[in-house]
Amino acid sequence: MVASEKSMDIIPTVNPVFAERLAYRKQSRFQQVWDLLDKVYDPELPGLTIWDLGILQDVKKLDNGWQIDITPTYSGCPAVDAINQDVVEVLSNAGFIGVKVKVVLAPAWSTEMVSPAGKKHLRSINIAPPDENDNVDCPVCGSSHTKLVSQFGSTACKALYQCDDCFENFDYFKHF
Amino acid sequence: MNQQQSNLYRFLVGLGDDAVVLSHRLSEWCSNGPYLEEDIALSNIALDYIGRARMFYQYAVEVEGKGRTEDDIAYLRTEREYTNLLIHELPINDFAFTMVRQFFVDVFYCEYLEKLSQSNDERIAAIAAKAVKESRYHLKRSEPWIRQLSEGTDESRRRIQAALVELENFVGELFIMSDWEKELVAEGVAVDREVLQSGWDKYVQAFLAQSEINFPDSQLQIRGGRDGIHTEHLGHMLSEMQYMQRAYPGLQW
Repeated sequence: MVASEKSMDIIPTVNPVFAERLAYRKQSRFQQVWDLLDKVYDPELPGLTIWDLGILQDVKKLDNGWQIDITPTYSGCPAVDAINQDVVEVLSNAGFIGVKVKVVLAPAWSTEMVSPAGKKHLRSINIAPPDENDNVDCPVCGSSHTKLVSQFGSTACKALYQCDDCFENFDYFKHF
Repeated sequence: MNQQQSNLYRFLVGLGDDAVVLSHRLSEWCSNGPYLEEDIALSNIALDYIGRARMFYQYAVEVEGKGRTEDDIAYLRTEREYTNLLIHELPINDFAFTMVRQFFVDVFYCEYLEKLSQSNDERIAAIAAKAVKESRYHLKRSEPWIRQLSEGTDESRRRIQAALVELENFVGELFIMSDWEKELVAEGVAVDREVLQSGWDKYVQAFLAQSEINFPDSQLQIRGGRDGIHTEHLGHMLSEMQYMQRAYPGLQW
């Protein structure tokens, strides 16, 4: 999704953490691998790539293979194992051998690492994207009249909200 | 293992045991929560603690260097080999009890893990930095529940007060240092628990005072967890938690 970062129709905001990730990716010698990994999605957030989610941290060439660094969103996130398998599968299918995934804990994942395109995508699947002040707008009708129903939604990374205007229940991707 | 590695191993397993035992207790609410959202919330907190336990155990088995896995540590040790602090193993009781316990440990972990994230052991620092964010979120959830139940009906207040009395004597152990932990503090790896006690007391007392509840300083100490001496409850819990691995050794998902 890198190509589209510049042409988005959302308010451009400078997020230094994401800007740093993007700069790091762009200077990498392994563009092909990063691009291939844009085909790996979070299994519980349909259509959101691991790059856009912010958990894809690094691509490294080893003497006899490749190491992909992933930082988990939450320490008990059960999606990590599925993501690891998908990473290995995507790269192996493209002819890369000796692919392994390393789960790194530092830097700790934060929602600052989510890309602007990722936030836009979340809204498109009716999930309110993270907001640093926890101002949650309804992803369905756009209303700011929303209320917290439960601090945890369908997964550890989401909280459950309800819109007071259109009455839709929706997930909020927690600012973390 | 040399003395230093042995200290580190025991330290890591202790923290992992604290997490896995509390996680299992929280998971007992799954499908038994007071309502669906609460059921899901408690299960998610359980998941955070499982993740925490895994990070500590994975590091512990590397330090040990005998080729054991995190699963061996969790599923193949007996009650006396578990070294969790006792507050984590107490049965879930009613919802008020579960939330008071959670509030107590949330307040503790927010301080403790914050300090531990400054450890000069980089891996421990990284685990703590990850986990403290989760505990801060848990606290944001346990505090409103304590307020709501304390100031709700006569019945909910009675249950909160009963839970406070029941748990009062198990808090002190959170602030007791083991010998190996003291050595690790001297090396800059671990955190001195004792210095956190007065801050914990003040915070909890001030919070409960808002609901006109008096809570004493954490004095009385029921202790023994770090030495493998447990309440009668842990053995029963482990027999359920470890059942699959005991009945079908080596079973995997």
